[in-house]
Amino acid sequence: MSAQPFRLPAGGRIDRSRPLAFRFDGKPYTGFAGDSLAAALLANGVRLVGRSFKYHRPRGIFSAGPEEPNALVRLRREARAEPNTRATMIELFDGLEAESQNRWPSLGFDLGATASLFAPLLPAGFYYKTFMAPRRGWMFYERFIRAAAGMGRAAEAPDPDHYEKRHAHCDVLVVGGGPAGLAAALAAGRTGARVLLVEERAELGGALRREAAAISDAPAAEWLAATLAELASLSEVRLLRRATAFGYYDHNLVAVLERVADHLPEPPPHRARQVLWQVRAPQVVLATGAIERPLVFAGNDRPQVMLASAARAYLNEFAVAPGTRAVVFTNNDSAYATALDLRRVGIRVTAVVDPREGSGGDLPRRAREAGIECRFGHAVLAARGRSRVSAVEVASLGTAGHEHGDNLDCDLLCVSGGWSPTLHLHCQSGGRPEWNEALAAFVPGRSKQAERSAGAAAGAFALVDCIAGGLRAGAEAAQAAGFGTGVAPPAPDWPRESAAPLRPLWSVPARRWLKSFVDLQDDVTAGDIGLAAREGFVSVEHLKRYTTLGMGTDQGKTSNVNGLALLAEKRGEAIPAVGVTTFRPPYTPVAIGSFAGRETGRHFEPIRRTAMHEWHESAGAAWIEAGLWLRPSCYPRSGESEREAIRREAVAVRQGVGLVDVSTLGKIDIAGPDAAAFLDRVYANIFSNLPVGRARYGLMLREDGIVFDDGTTSRLAEQRFLMTTTTANAVRVMQHLEFLLQTVWPELRVAATSVTEQWAAMALAGPKSRDVLARAAEGVDVSDAGLPHMGVRDGRIAGVPVRIFRISFSGERAYEINVPADWGLRVWTALLDAGRESGIVPYGMEAMGILRIEKGHVAGAELDGTTTAADLGLGRLVAMKKPDFIGRHMLARPALADPRRPRLVGFVPVDGATRLRAGAQIVADSRVPPPVPMIGRITSAADSPTLGHPIALGFLEAGASRHGETLHALFPLADQWVPVRVVDPVFYDRAGERLHG
Amino acid sequence: MARYSIFSLARHALRHHEDWPRAWRDPQPKPAYDVVIVGGGGHGLATAYYLAKNHGISNVAVLEKGWLGGGNTGRNTTIVRSNYLLPANARFYEHSLKLWEGLSRELNYNVMFSQRGVLNLAHSDAQMDAYARRGNAMRLNGIDAVLLDRDGVRDMVPQLDFSAAARFPIRGGLLQPRGGTARHDAVAWGFARAADARGVDIIQNCEVTGILREGDRVTGVETTRGTIRAGKIGLAVAGHTGHVAAMAGLRLPIESHLLQAAVSEPLKPLLDTVVTSGAAHVYVSQSDKGELVFGGDLDFYNSYAQRGNLPAIASFTTALIALFPGFGRLRLMRHWGGVMDMTMDGSPIIGKTPLRNFYIDGGWCYGGFKATPGSGWVFAHTIANDAPHPLNEAFSLERFASGHVIDERGAGPVPGAH
Amino acid sequence: MLLIPCPFCGPRDQIEFTYGGDATLTRPDPATASEEAWAAYVYLRDNPKGPHSEYWHHHAGCRAWIKVRRDTLTHEISASAAATAPLAGEAGKP
Repeated sequence: MSAQPFRLPAGGRIDRSRPLAFRFDGKPYTGFAGDSLAAALLANGVRLVGRSFKYHRPRGIFSAGPEEPNALVRLRREARAEPNTRATMIELFDGLEAESQNRWPSLGFDLGATASLFAPLLPAGFYYKTFMAPRRGWMFYERFIRAAAGMGRAAEAPDPDHYEKRHAHCDVLVVGGGPAGLAAALAAGRTGARVLLVEERAELGGALRREAAAISDAPAAEWLAATLAELASLSEVRLLRRATAFGYYDHNLVAVLERVADHLPEPPPHRARQVLWQVRAPQVVLATGAIERPLVFAGNDRPQVMLASAARAYLNEFAVAPGTRAVVFTNNDSAYATALDLRRVGIRVTAVVDPREGSGGDLPRRAREAGIECRFGHAVLAARGRSRVSAVEVASLGTAGHEHGDNLDCDLLCVSGGWSPTLHLHCQSGGRPEWNEALAAFVPGRSKQAERSAGAAAGAFALVDCIAGGLRAGAEAAQAAGFGTGVAPPAPDWPRESAAPLRPLWSVPARRWLKSFVDLQDDVTAGDIGLAAREGFVSVEHLKRYTTLGMGTDQGKTSNVNGLALLAEKRGEAIPAVGVTTFRPPYTPVAIGSFAGRETGRHFEPIRRTAMHEWHESAGAAWIEAGLWLRPSCYPRSGESEREAIRREAVAVRQGVGLVDVSTLGKIDIAGPDAAAFLDRVYANIFSNLPVGRARYGLMLREDGIVFDDGTTSRLAEQRFLMTTTTANAVRVMQHLEFLLQTVWPELRVAATSVTEQWAAMALAGPKSRDVLARAAEGVDVSDAGLPHMGVRDGRIAGVPVRIFRISFSGERAYEINVPADWGLRVWTALLDAGRESGIVPYGMEAMGILRIEKGHVAGAELDGTTTAADLGLGRLVAMKKPDFIGRHMLARPALADPRRPRLVGFVPVDGATRLRAGAQIVADSRVPPPVPMIGRITSAADSPTLGHPIALGFLEAGASRHGETLHALFPLADQWVPVRVVDPVFYDRAGERLHG
Repeated sequence: MARYSIFSLARHALRHHEDWPRAWRDPQPKPAYDVVIVGGGGHGLATAYYLAKNHGISNVAVLEKGWLGGGNTGRNTTIVRSNYLLPANARFYEHSLKLWEGLSRELNYNVMFSQRGVLNLAHSDAQMDAYARRGNAMRLNGIDAVLLDRDGVRDMVPQLDFSAAARFPIRGGLLQPRGGTARHDAVAWGFARAADARGVDIIQNCEVTGILREGDRVTGVETTRGTIRAGKIGLAVAGHTGHVAAMAGLRLPIESHLLQAAVSEPLKPLLDTVVTSGAAHVYVSQSDKGELVFGGDLDFYNSYAQRGNLPAIASFTTALIALFPGFGRLRLMRHWGGVMDMTMDGSPIIGKTPLRNFYIDGGWCYGGFKATPGSGWVFAHTIANDAPHPLNEAFSLERFASGHVIDERGAGPVPGAH
Repeated sequence: MLLIPCPFCGPRDQIEFTYGGDATLTRPDPATASEEAWAAYVYLRDNPKGPHSEYWHHHAGCRAWIKVRRDTLTHEISASAAATAPLAGEAGKP
């Protein structure tokens, strides 16, 4: 076990009794339970942890929170590898493995860093200005740019972990478990409101865990303990830790990602890795804290340049000394606490450099009293060093950029440019931030949804103000949700430290060849912002897009305000005149898998199975997807290919008898006094004159006159019909009928009910079908007199009441049998048993497809949403004598009435042998160069076993008058062209005699 | 116009890039122009550029209510393709694709058009047939297309789920090798710079608040920066076409809908091609910066808000994982929404209107980005000649009433179903 | 996720509904309407930026088609009603 040379001997909220071993870039280290990976690396003296995006500059640990721009690592290995993970937010676990990114061959020696040599040629947007020659040159250069760009390497195998989704309802959602959030939860919780508090870190307390003053200060520590205890006692308060509210959506829906198992080597068995919560809250309190801003000066990206607040977190929460000799560079009072904390644990503080002329605040006073040198009116001109800071150059502000300053040795530079309230969720909720001159920061603007901000998120930085603001927000939110009086519990009356105002310092002038970084992750410099402004990219959005400012994984949490301020300086305008920084969801990046939850792999979409599914499976069916349904495509016997099986099944139907599962067709029960009138309006043809006990083919149009759907509809009783739809349109037709009944013709007394899943359906087809039915059915006369073509009768099969429809898709004598779904399998097997002596075979979709093509019956490929009834050869069905039906009134439009429209025709190969393929285009002359005029297309094709040659259905311009012509079916994707003859689309039994055979 | 090249970069590097000129001027609006283009996105800027270049009309203003390219130009997922079935679409988008192929040099601005292919996945025989129909039509129209079987898709994109666990097994796909992606912002900036160099006034932060009419002709616009007279007015404000056209008293076959998209964190190269799946409702590519760029269906309700909701995000991320199970641990970094002009047949409207001197380029549904150069080219022609070019004749406003709709998907008059 | 107030079931998540578009359209009188009136009904939309009366189908609930007034800029919902009832502040259909 290696030593932890930078671990302080005492203090911190780590568990020293639980050492944890981990590896970084293959090297073993040890940390303690309670460490973040960043803290453990610092404890071990690891300062260089990554390389920057563009210049591959060495980078260290910059922050202690979610805003981290630099310390991104590839966490875990193999299928669980997670690129771009913030070391500052990784809870250390035993056996953790992480590696650095964006470097080759190693972090210390990275060839990519040669990019720095060319840096003068690579200002913002350089790629827009070059790589244009030769014509396809970009494709060449791009390869190298792509390889150089990107950050981490993705895992290559599927994610072995799983994710869950949960929904939660509460009265008040509190985001953030710092002092303001805890106070809000307490005030709201005391009213009896249901409160959900979410905190992104593992522990509650926020700054109270990181600030020495709060830790050592008895009242603050007692307040935290008492508050946590009381919250735990309130049964309607729920505290969710490791849970990040990342998105604020419409109607107060907040999305929260709970990291259930990310702090463990892998999720425990049967536990999700992460849970995506969708929280619908009448009231939301945003207590999301604030993020410290860096300062912009030359070399401010070196490892060991660190936010002052982060240095305090490492000292106080993790008992890690982030350095041995420190300089603090700040424009405000808060960072003096860092100087005091460093001094307290024995770290030398060479100086606090402060551009202000002085400060009367308590912290600077105490720093001076502690003997810390405070250089007011000064700034850090540059941080020196390569893979870590070794010295800083300090000069008085008036001379900055002109003269050399003093060099101060140090191995840690703590910076603070003030604080920016964390406004991400406020912005996402529709709020527009407002500039606060005194804080030099954006603060929440007017709320657009039921949310309010409290604490540092609202620009109140003092601890007592955070607590008071939280209590007030909690009480008010509860009242708005219907709980309590809205009067906040009394806040602690602790004395407030006095603080002097900050002095905005957006950048320290630097020598022109040095880089001052604004966005550390994307390597955007102050010079880049100047360039963008010079070239006219002066709107905030142009600046972001041109320079990539704020476009990294940290979404500019530390860079947005500085960038905006620099742009304002260049434009010579006030910051609010230039724009606001806005934030898009998510607040921090979210694993894509968490949005999917359990809907992965075969559970992506539900599978619909018919009542006979298990029988098909045991019969060795090959499957075909039909929307969400699984349907048998054919039933190959052993030693038989699918093609052979399909052929055998089709022949069996033509010559003997077959049975097919047609349960997936949509079925809608339509009942009521006006049912017949309704059908007359939704179908193009007439149904009101259909006798009871008869079925009719119906054609449904859209209002624009194009065919929508087809199917048979039967009159079961005077006021009751059963409609069938295609499988694909079952849902849409139902919705269409409901729309018409509820909004267009609410006066019609009709009830439409989807019964698709209540009935199993099977078709018994073939010349021997009546024999089989006669053997199986009871209580029904199946003679042609008793059950004529298109007749509908009730009967019993295997003791089960069934409906028998004498309708045919195959063109053979056929009966469709509907049976309550629970009895589907029983009737199916009964029919097979009854058919055994007739040689019955089950057949699938493919054989059914061949049979219907032979008959010229249209299906999905022909009903493609662009064809009219006339196109399909069904124009005679359209009953224009009806005064109204859906689609009637737009049929006469020029484009629909055009006689040159493609019409349904049949095609056969001229050689009688070459197979035709759906998707082929029909042309008159195959020798012309592109664009070749296409006059038709093949929509469905089959190798007809009945006719002994290939056949196809398709459309041909003015096709009805072109039977007998020879044309070409072209399939250039496969280099095929086949001379075809145009024929009637009904290839088989045009007289329809087989229906009665 | 100061030419951009590696040499100019090197020259400016010596001066620390401190004297690059503005990419385009920032002029005050003049009281009158020959042509006013409303909308400073890719389409409006391209129209202005081609008016000046092809038709010699340079007394042109482009009025942008916010910042150039701030609408759908800067919000789309940058896919460029011409893999259309219907002849009007195929001809038009192929013309546009050909313009893309020379665009960086034409504009002296690298728009990073990268022809790494666009692959549509097929998950069923019926889809394979539909793709065959489309691919054959493309080939006969002189457009590149390749029909891949399952193994062909696997060779190209091995990260797809070819396991038995896939809910919708991959049967094959239709590939357009010349399809690809481009850098969306650069297209707006490149056209702006080139149009500006030809004398076009590009005026940002200038919102049109009214359209001036005299009888059945338009004569100018009211803006937040004053009245501007115009000989002709071209509308290129997709997403808001209905809203702005209403200022001239027109009612259009358009609904505005929300479309969302997202990017992952930047990653080392792992996906070379644009992959789309109509059945799974998702498309994805990887940007040069390394981010996976993906999106899917509309939010499916009328909206002018450029912010959407979780169901659409959940739907396309779920679909993405269904296709690429290895992407589950990658993190979504940012998602956003744009406002789409959804027409009643899924195809755009480019042409004249019932008002004289008033022209519309809109109704781009999801497909406007790839059309940018082609649209500007034909719209400029239409405005200059007061008559459509043969390439955009079919995209007229009258086609709806007459029934000559261009309904690629056969979805009917349901905006959002296309 | 929108929270849609179904007049029959109460507030429900958007995913229970299917969108049905502009609810101010009235199917023309088949006896008298001109071709232009039909084309306008089928194709043309006001497409307002602001309050929009629209149909939603509570397909995973009561299966009622309902009317909702929703702002297309903010997504705020100000009223809902049964398909045949007027929205608050709206004149009923004769």
